[in-house]
Amino acid sequence: MTEHQQTIKKAPKGRSLWQDGLRRLVRRKLAMVCLVVVVLYFLLAGFLYVAEFFDWQVGPIRWAEEVGESYQPPSSNSIFGTDIFGQSVLRKTLYGTKISITVALCASFISIAIGVPLGAIAGYFRGFVDEIIVWIYSTLSSIPYILLILAFAVVLRDKTLFGHKLAGITSVYLAIGLTSWVGICRLVRGEIIKHKEREYVLAARSYGCSTRRIIFQHLIPNVFHIVIIDFSLRFVAFIHAEVILSFLGLGEADRPSWGAMINDARIELSRGVWWQMVAATLAIFFISLALNIFGDALRDSLDPKLRVQ
Amino acid sequence: MTAYIIRRLLYTIPIVFGVLLLTFVLFTLVGGDISLEIAGKNATPETIEEIREEYGFNKPLFLSWDSQFINHFKSALTFDFGRALDREPVLDKIKRGVGPSLALTVPMFFGVVIISVSLALVVAFVRGTVWDMLVVLICVAGMSIPYLSFILFGQYFLAYKWGLFPVFFSPDLAMASYVALPVLIGIVTGLGGNLRFYRTVMLDEMRNDYVRTAFAKGLNTRRVLFKHVLKNAMIPIITRVVLAIPFLFLGSLLLERFFGIPGLGYLMVEAIGSRDYFVINAMTYISAILFVIFNVITDICYALVDPRVSFD
Repeated sequence: MTEHQQTIKKAPKGRSLWQDGLRRLVRRKLAMVCLVVVVLYFLLAGFLYVAEFFDWQVGPIRWAEEVGESYQPPSSNSIFGTDIFGQSVLRKTLYGTKISITVALCASFISIAIGVPLGAIAGYFRGFVDEIIVWIYSTLSSIPYILLILAFAVVLRDKTLFGHKLAGITSVYLAIGLTSWVGICRLVRGEIIKHKEREYVLAARSYGCSTRRIIFQHLIPNVFHIVIIDFSLRFVAFIHAEVILSFLGLGEADRPSWGAMINDARIELSRGVWWQMVAATLAIFFISLALNIFGDALRDSLDPKLRVQ
Repeated sequence: MTAYIIRRLLYTIPIVFGVLLLTFVLFTLVGGDISLEIAGKNATPETIEEIREEYGFNKPLFLSWDSQFINHFKSALTFDFGRALDREPVLDKIKRGVGPSLALTVPMFFGVVIISVSLALVVAFVRGTVWDMLVVLICVAGMSIPYLSFILFGQYFLAYKWGLFPVFFSPDLAMASYVALPVLIGIVTGLGGNLRFYRTVMLDEMRNDYVRTAFAKGLNTRRVLFKHVLKNAMIPIITRVVLAIPFLFLGSLLLERFFGIPGLGYLMVEAIGSRDYFVINAMTYISAILFVIFNVITDICYALVDPRVSFD
């Protein structure tokens, strides 16, 4: 056998959807830069949790400390100056990352945990179950989103649930999570309806797989890339929602968050104190921009049918 | 056709029922008896009892003709929402706020739609060039800046520093003057997301076969874009526009708060601050009803305009 024949005999190795998408994604330089930015934000949030747990006295943990006089403008000493209490604005901004990332992550988990199973069940079983689930999400989606979140946040605030007081950010991410599953539920339902006629589902059924196994082991993994694409973009909306809720006084009260910083800045701006505002805006801007660009790239790589360009 | 409309209207009944159920669960079951909060710290038991009586907190939740559950439905279906915490009827408050809210949102909305659709056409014209990429980049960047920052910096620089607009609402100003800056800020913030959406719509349309045919016939780009593509792209544009109309009545929460415009958004912010469930409940219900009605109108318009939609 010649060398030539040997190479022909080798069957071309198949690539999974994820490998294929990942290969396309890595080729986009800008998307990779954005991914690095997003990862940095997450690492910072994670680091703050660890530091708080072990009580390490790093800068952002000591945000309450007075570092100088009140309203010091930015200098080489402190990049973003100080606020009314002489606290470092940079430390507050860094600490705010933890709050924002926590809220957006928890809200994402809640809405995926509700939306994906409900959408899958509705799409798989159809009939009566489907109608009930469609009814629930049509009801939720007929109320303007911002009103719905605010209504949930106002009502849940300071309530006791299972002996646990819903203070601060808990009510915020519950409100966002409980109201945001509609979009993902609708998407998953539509995709499952398309997928359940495919051969692999028929094959699974002929092996004698239980319905639960078909839905959770076969169907959901095959449509999960849609969930990831959707949430990479939705994450931005969650961060912005947290900022607005904190701004309206429904969020974290005792610890610094970006929304609360903007709320402080509302009064400070007229005195010419702009640094707190700029710091919060930049912090939100960079993670939003990175997530927006990365989310678009992810969608283009994983789902060529949805391609925007 | 009539049968279709009737069927479509019947579909709205479960939705309205669902919205009422949700607001009941939210404000009555979870929210609960807030008479202590209404009465304040130094209230006598009699005052609290009076408040309970007035708002019906002392009635049974279910299983009675005079239960809170039945009354919740009754008040919603007769549009009688009782009084807010400051003793003014909720409906009067809402009626008063509609005017200023619409004065703010209607020009903002049409500004955004007209500017972004025309820009989207231009972008479709230069698709694939550096300009196109630049516009997309600016859109994404604009979407990433928080709404609050747009408002605060706009108010600070344009109104406070440079004095181009009044900083705050005051009753003796002409409407056009106090609404101008919020409208401008609203248009700028709305442009990013909308332009990107309409650009996608246009470019999706460009990929169709009839566009290729039109080019093959030797038509120039301008003619293809304005004569063929725009007409076909109108369907998704109209859907988005019509479905956005009910939200105009809500006003703009943050813009109204910053500029002190006494509209529905301002009412909402006040209600959140004082935990006035009655106002929030009424606003939620009314906006849901509006949304449902406009949804039916859109569907009927679809059926009228697009012959491919059947009346089944």
